[in-house]
Amino acid sequence: MDASAIAADTRPWRDPDAQPFISVRGVTKKFGDFTAVSDVDLDIYKGELFCLLGESGCGKSTLLRMLAGFEQPTEGSIRIDGEDMAHVPPDRRPTNMMFQSYALFPHMTVEKNVAYGLLREGLKKSEACAKAAEMLRMVKLEKLARRKPDQLSGGQRQRVALARALVKRPKLLLLDEPLGALDKKLREETQFELIKIQETLGVTFIVVTHDQDEAMTLATRIGVMKDGMIEQVGEPREIYETPDSRFVADFIGTINLFEGRVDAAAPDMMRIRTEALGDVLVSPQSGLTQGQQVWAALRPERFWLTREKPENTRNAWHGHVEEMGYIGHMSQYRIRLDSGVLVRASQSNRLRDEDPISWDEKAWVSVNPAAFRVLTR
Amino acid sequence: MNALTRSAPWRGTAWAFGKLGLSGRSLVIAIPMLWLGVFFLAPFFVLGRISLAEAIIARPPFTPLFDRAPDGTLEIIASFENFRFLLEDALYRNAYLSSIRIALVSTVFALLIGYPIAYYIARAPEPKRSILLLMVILPFWTSFLLRGYAWMGFLRTNGVINNTLMSLGIIDAPLRMMHTDVAVYIGIVYTYLPFMILPLYANLTKLDGALLEAASDLGASPTVTFLTVPLPLSLPGIVAGSMLVFIPAIGEYVIPALLGGPDTLMIGRVLWDEFFSSRDWPVASAVAIVMLFLVVAPIMWLQSVQNRRGMD
Repeated sequence: MDASAIAADTRPWRDPDAQPFISVRGVTKKFGDFTAVSDVDLDIYKGELFCLLGESGCGKSTLLRMLAGFEQPTEGSIRIDGEDMAHVPPDRRPTNMMFQSYALFPHMTVEKNVAYGLLREGLKKSEACAKAAEMLRMVKLEKLARRKPDQLSGGQRQRVALARALVKRPKLLLLDEPLGALDKKLREETQFELIKIQETLGVTFIVVTHDQDEAMTLATRIGVMKDGMIEQVGEPREIYETPDSRFVADFIGTINLFEGRVDAAAPDMMRIRTEALGDVLVSPQSGLTQGQQVWAALRPERFWLTREKPENTRNAWHGHVEEMGYIGHMSQYRIRLDSGVLVRASQSNRLRDEDPISWDEKAWVSVNPAAFRVLTR
Repeated sequence: MNALTRSAPWRGTAWAFGKLGLSGRSLVIAIPMLWLGVFFLAPFFVLGRISLAEAIIARPPFTPLFDRAPDGTLEIIASFENFRFLLEDALYRNAYLSSIRIALVSTVFALLIGYPIAYYIARAPEPKRSILLLMVILPFWTSFLLRGYAWMGFLRTNGVINNTLMSLGIIDAPLRMMHTDVAVYIGIVYTYLPFMILPLYANLTKLDGALLEAASDLGASPTVTFLTVPLPLSLPGIVAGSMLVFIPAIGEYVIPALLGGPDTLMIGRVLWDEFFSSRDWPVASAVAIVMLFLVVAPIMWLQSVQNRRGMD
C-alpha cells in the first residue's frame, strides 16, 4: 500500500466536504451551579482515534459520558452517524464504553463477561460464545476464558474490558483512561496494541486521558480541554508545533513564554518588544496589530546553543548555564540570560565526540525567527 | 504488648494452658462456645430428655428418666411415643405445615417490599441515606406490643382502615381483617421488615454503580440489567435477610395471638397450649425439638449450597 494514500485516507478532517461521523453542537452540561462542559462544538470522523486531553475536572469524562448516554446534555445536541442521540438511552446507542475501573461483572467468567453484550442482542448462546472466544483470541486471553475477574492481573482485566467493549463491533468505542491503571512499561506496550486493534477493526475510538504522552502517541487528533471548554483541536503535531494558547503550549511539553507587544511589522519580519529578551524578531503572523499584547512562545529544542556569538542573527542572547541535565539522547539546560531571565533549552546528543556546553559555562542562545510561535491568549 | 507477653506470669500461664491443649486462639473461641453450651445446648438436652418422658400429674409433670424397678435394678424409662403421637395427630402436622406456609409467604412479601427499599436507600446520596436507615430502625424504639395493638386499631371492623375506606365510599360494609391470616401476614412482615432490609442494604451498598452502567452500555434494558447484575450479586443478602425473617416467623407466637383468628394455626401457639393449658410437657418438648430441626434443616442446606458456590 502506498503510504501517502493511507495518510490522505485517514485525515478526513482536512477535507472540507467530509461528513463528520460524530457531531457535537453547542453541548453544555451543568450539575446544579457547576458547569462541567460549556458550549462544546466537536466533529469527529469515521475511523479516527480521537483523544480528549485535559487535567482532572476539565469535563472530558462528562463529555464522554454524554456520548455514551449516561448523562444528558443540558443544552446542545449530539449526533452519531447522522442520528440525533437526544432521547436514545445508553442500551440503544451504537456505542460501547471501556470504563476506567473496567467495571467487569465479578460474578461472571471472562467468557461470560465478553458474551454479555452479544446475548443482549438476542444472539444464540453458542454463537455468542464463539464470537466471544474469537475476541478473546484477539486480545490473547483465550486461555483465561473460564477465570473470574478477581483471578486476573490488572493488565489481563484491562484486555477483558477491551474485548467486552469491542465484541459488539460498536460504531464508536469510548475509552475512559483505558491505560490509567497499568504500570508504565505495560502502558507503553498496550498503547501500540490498542492502535493495532483500532486499525484492524476500523472502529472509531474516543479516548479520554490526562496523560499527554499517551495522547500524542495514540491520537489521530487531540482535543485539549480546559474548564469545560475545548481549547484546541488538532493533530498531535499541530498541537505541539502551533498551539493556539498559552494553556495548550504549556500543557503539552515544555515551553518558554515571553510576554511583549507587537512593535513593528515589516512584510518579511515582525518585531516584538519584550521585557525579558528585549526586541525579538519573529516571522510575520496575520491578524496582529501594532501594540497588541502577545506572547512569543518557543520550545526548548528550538534554541541554538553556542560558545561564540553567532553571526547573521539579531535573535541572540548571552547567558550562563545554571543547570544541565544529561538524559542520554538529549541534554536539558536552564540558562540565566544576562537580563536575569531563566530560559529552558535542550540539545540532542547526536555525536559521541562532541564537547557539549556544560554546567557553569557562559553561552549564547540564538533563535531562528520562524521558530517562534506568537500567541495572543 | 511485647513486654507483657515476655513477662514471667504471662509465659507461665501460657505454658500451663498449652499443657492443657489450649492456645490463646482457642480461649477466644471458648467464650461464645461456653455461652452456647450453657444457654443453648444444655437446655436443649433437658428438652430432649423431657420429650422422651410421659406426662404425669406431679411436680415436675413428667416421669423421671431413671427409676428403680421393683427388683431393685436401675431402669431407663424413655420412649419415642411423643414423637409418634406428633406424626399421627393431624393437629400437629397441620400446625407445622401452616407455620411453614405462613413464614414462607411472609418472607416472600418481606423480600418483595424490602428489596426495593434497601435498593433505594443503598443508591441514595450519603446524608439522605443515614436518615432513611434511621427511619427503618426507628420502630424498634417503641415496644413491640404497643405496635401490635396499634395494628389492631388499624385492622378492626371499625378501625382506621375500614372507617377511611367507608367514608371515602370505596366500600359499603367493613372488611373483615382482624383475626384472619392476612392480619398475621401483615403483622409478621411489618415486624420483621427491618431484618430483611438491613442485610440487603449492607450487600447492595457494595454494588459498584459502574457495573449498572456497563450492563446498560452493552445493551441491557433496565429490567435485564437488574436481573443479570444486582440480583445475582445480592444473592447472599437475599439469603441472609430471608433467613432472618423466616426463622423467627416460623415460631412466632405473639403476632398470631394478637392479630390471628381461631383458625390461624401456628406451632408457637400449639406449643404454648401444650405447656400451659394441657400441662403436657413431654409432648410440648417434642413439638419444640421437631420445630428446631425444621428450622435448622433449611439453614444447613443453604450453608452447603453457599459453600459449594464459594468453591468454584
